[in-house]
Amino acid sequence: MRVTFTVNGREESADGVWEGESLLYVLRERLGLPGSKNACEQGECGSCTVYLDGVPVCSCLVAAGQAEGRRVRTVEGLAEGDRLDPVQEAFVECGAVQCGFCTPGLLVQAHDLLERVERPSDAEIREALAGNLCRCTGYEKILDAVRLAAERKASGKGAAG
Amino acid sequence: MDFLRPTTWAEALAAKADQPEAVPIQGGTDVMVEINFDVRRPVALLDLNQVAELRRWDVVDGVCRVGAGVPYTTIIEELGGPLPGLAQASRTVGSPQIRNRGSVGGNLGAASPAGDSHPPLLATDAVIEVESRDRGVRMIPAAEFYLGVKRNALHPDELIRAVHVKPATGPQYFSKVGTRNAMVIAVCSFAVALHPDERRVGTGIGSAAPTPRRALEAEELLARELDWDAPALDPALVRRFGRLCAAAAAPIDDVRGTAEYRVHAIDVMARRTLTWAWNDHFGRRAA
Repeated sequence: MRVTFTVNGREESADGVWEGESLLYVLRERLGLPGSKNACEQGECGSCTVYLDGVPVCSCLVAAGQAEGRRVRTVEGLAEGDRLDPVQEAFVECGAVQCGFCTPGLLVQAHDLLERVERPSDAEIREALAGNLCRCTGYEKILDAVRLAAERKASGKGAAG
Repeated sequence: MDFLRPTTWAEALAAKADQPEAVPIQGGTDVMVEINFDVRRPVALLDLNQVAELRRWDVVDGVCRVGAGVPYTTIIEELGGPLPGLAQASRTVGSPQIRNRGSVGGNLGAASPAGDSHPPLLATDAVIEVESRDRGVRMIPAAEFYLGVKRNALHPDELIRAVHVKPATGPQYFSKVGTRNAMVIAVCSFAVALHPDERRVGTGIGSAAPTPRRALEAEELLARELDWDAPALDPALVRRFGRLCAAAAAPIDDVRGTAEYRVHAIDVMARRTLTWAWNDHFGRRAA
């Protein structure tokens, strides 16, 4: 079947999509957007997190056909041109990235948190990221990065600003 | 495989009547896992995301009517007041991403004994509204909805439309045992609901029997012997309540825990949740 939806502001179509295929597969294998990572395929790890109509979801658990006509925003759509989102800047600066496999999902999930909560408490950060597994960092640098990004967003200056 | 995309409830019922073997998909948090791992190859998927009414809740004749597709996140954010037990259970489901997609309707459709919404639905006498194109609406009490492991009372041409739950008249609690706080399938779980207006206590046991179930003898014990005017619970009565709840469980040994552990945990959770609820009840009355 053909599936058409908006990805990072652009309308995209994929043909020959199998009806049981996930949105994640379509993004990675048919639309050339490999940022969202394929790991557990059962919603446990969060590395495939994308926005669907503005709400973060595991794209491995969305049937491709369910995205028809809807808006998807992936990690590739967080930056504005060459300018990284403050969450991305903070991950780089804090060393919150080691192997990097979990990073795209964490970025989208942390981005959503900071869109909703200006100054999240540590408990709120941990709760927001509870569905994103990282096997390298021990999470401390990730928490540092989210705190830094929150601070910068709240004080109205991006890292590059 | 067919992919059916009804946009209205009537279209959805027609699609299910014409193709009863179609598997409804809402949040996909169960169905897509089975497809991703090739456990299940449905001949058709019936996508209910476009049926907007399923994602709404309202109050009809004093009863909360929660659409089958209302995500857990919405229940947590909007229904914690009238439905505290269901909201507590919803907070323990998966992760934020899962709660943004998963729904009580999906939980009921999957009918896993470990589903987190079942115990509070049982404890609060929830009624499930199901419908088919040719035979109309059926209202099924939660206690009659679960028939076996991953089997429910739905006929092949029926879809779950909503869950009806009376707003709480007393404190409600949900408790769940798992290995960590997020992304946990319950080892076992327990819900309690005080109904002071009826001088009755409702219960729900999860993941400790082939189906979610009430602890009926434990409920009868409290209906008979609980002194609703005594601020402190009688410790002996609490112990008997815990033992009867444990006796109502019929668990198995599996990868998540042993039957023996589950029986013990149900006893503990039953005593704890009853005590929490009772203290709240009197705290509120004293205030």
